Amino acid sequence: MKLLTHNMLTSHVKGVINGYPLLIKATEVKVNEVEFNPQFVSRMIPKLEWSALIQAAEGLGHLQDLPGTPIENYENDAEFLRKVHRVLLEVEVIEGSLQCPESGREFPISKGVPNMLLNEDES
Amino acid sequence: SQNSRIIEIQTQMSERAVELLNLPEDKPCYLLDVGCGSGLSGDYLSEEGHYWVGLDISTAMLDVAMDREVEGDLVLGDMGQGVPFRSGTFDGCISISALQWLCNADKKSHIPPKRLYTFFSSLYSSLQRGARAVFQIYPEDSKQLELITSQAMKAGFTGGMVVDYPNSTKAKKLFLCLFAGESGVLPKVCVKKRMNMVQRFFSGKSVKKSKDWIMEKKERRRRQGKDVRADTKYTGRHRKPRF
Repeated sequence: MKLLTHNMLTSHVKGVINGYPLLIKATEVKVNEVEFNPQFVSRMIPKLEWSALIQAAEGLGHLQDLPGTPIENYENDAEFLRKVHRVLLEVEVIEGSLQCPESGREFPISKGVPNMLLNEDES
Repeated sequence: SQNSRIIEIQTQMSERAVELLNLPEDKPCYLLDVGCGSGLSGDYLSEEGHYWVGLDISTAMLDVAMDREVEGDLVLGDMGQGVPFRSGTFDGCISISALQWLCNADKKSHIPPKRLYTFFSSLYSSLQRGARAVFQIYPEDSKQLELITSQAMKAGFTGGMVVDYPNSTKAKKLFLCLFAGESGVLPKVCVKKRMNMVQRFFSGKSVKKSKDWIMEKKERRRRQGKDVRADTKYTGRHRKPRF
């Protein structure tokens, strides 16, 4: 699970009002090399919940020097976009779980795939 | 995935679905692939320079996708339970040969219309305003198709059906095109000579020049007291292009 996906994932358990952001509990993290596309990163930045991204990256020990808010004029700052690219697309949680901030319910992550299947009473 | 013919068909359907998505040209988009399976359609999305998240209910299929090292991020989930993404996440959604599974009650507790509605309403919110969702489907019958479209409309979608090769039982393909927050705009269709396309829209209006449209227009003119020819079996019959 990449951090870009994590930034968009939310608990969809019936009755949960605020199932976002899911807290990452990782036991295995991998960093891959992914082709850098500055246009894509630039387009995604306005869609991100930046504080959730920072919190997730920090929790995994991969925050490095990513700022607390996107810098001004980020579209033209390749260095900044590269940092965001690394955190969004290169850091991957392989094993662990995602915990709902409201209910505490955990969604396991196995082989990089989060399991969002709900039980009968949750949907 | 072994059969190269199957792969060819899947890729063609993915190509057509992306075409119908009408994404902005030359821009990398963030897409959802519902029922992504082993990632065949996802591979096409990657080829086109897009980033995607694949949702599937089968661990076995997702394992194959991982072995194939697909570029998209995979999520194990049941679309009938809703797509677990926050609002405005995706620029578009495609789904190849997956939606009809929602029409069957696999468990006693499953109520197909409810699952379809849960899926469509969560999908609707996960899409950016103006985004589209294109589903290649094999509906069992018109009743199943009606069930699907009615739940999609209930969830707020407008849209229509695109039928490729309508006269060939073998080649015929159905694509359900849904618009999130856009009203009644025709999908930009690629008119290739070999294809014969029929479009029906469920935004309340009939497609121009279709038989329905002709009948409605004649009725309108009769109400206005105008002289209108009687309806016969030839009314609105499909004519060859030279007309």
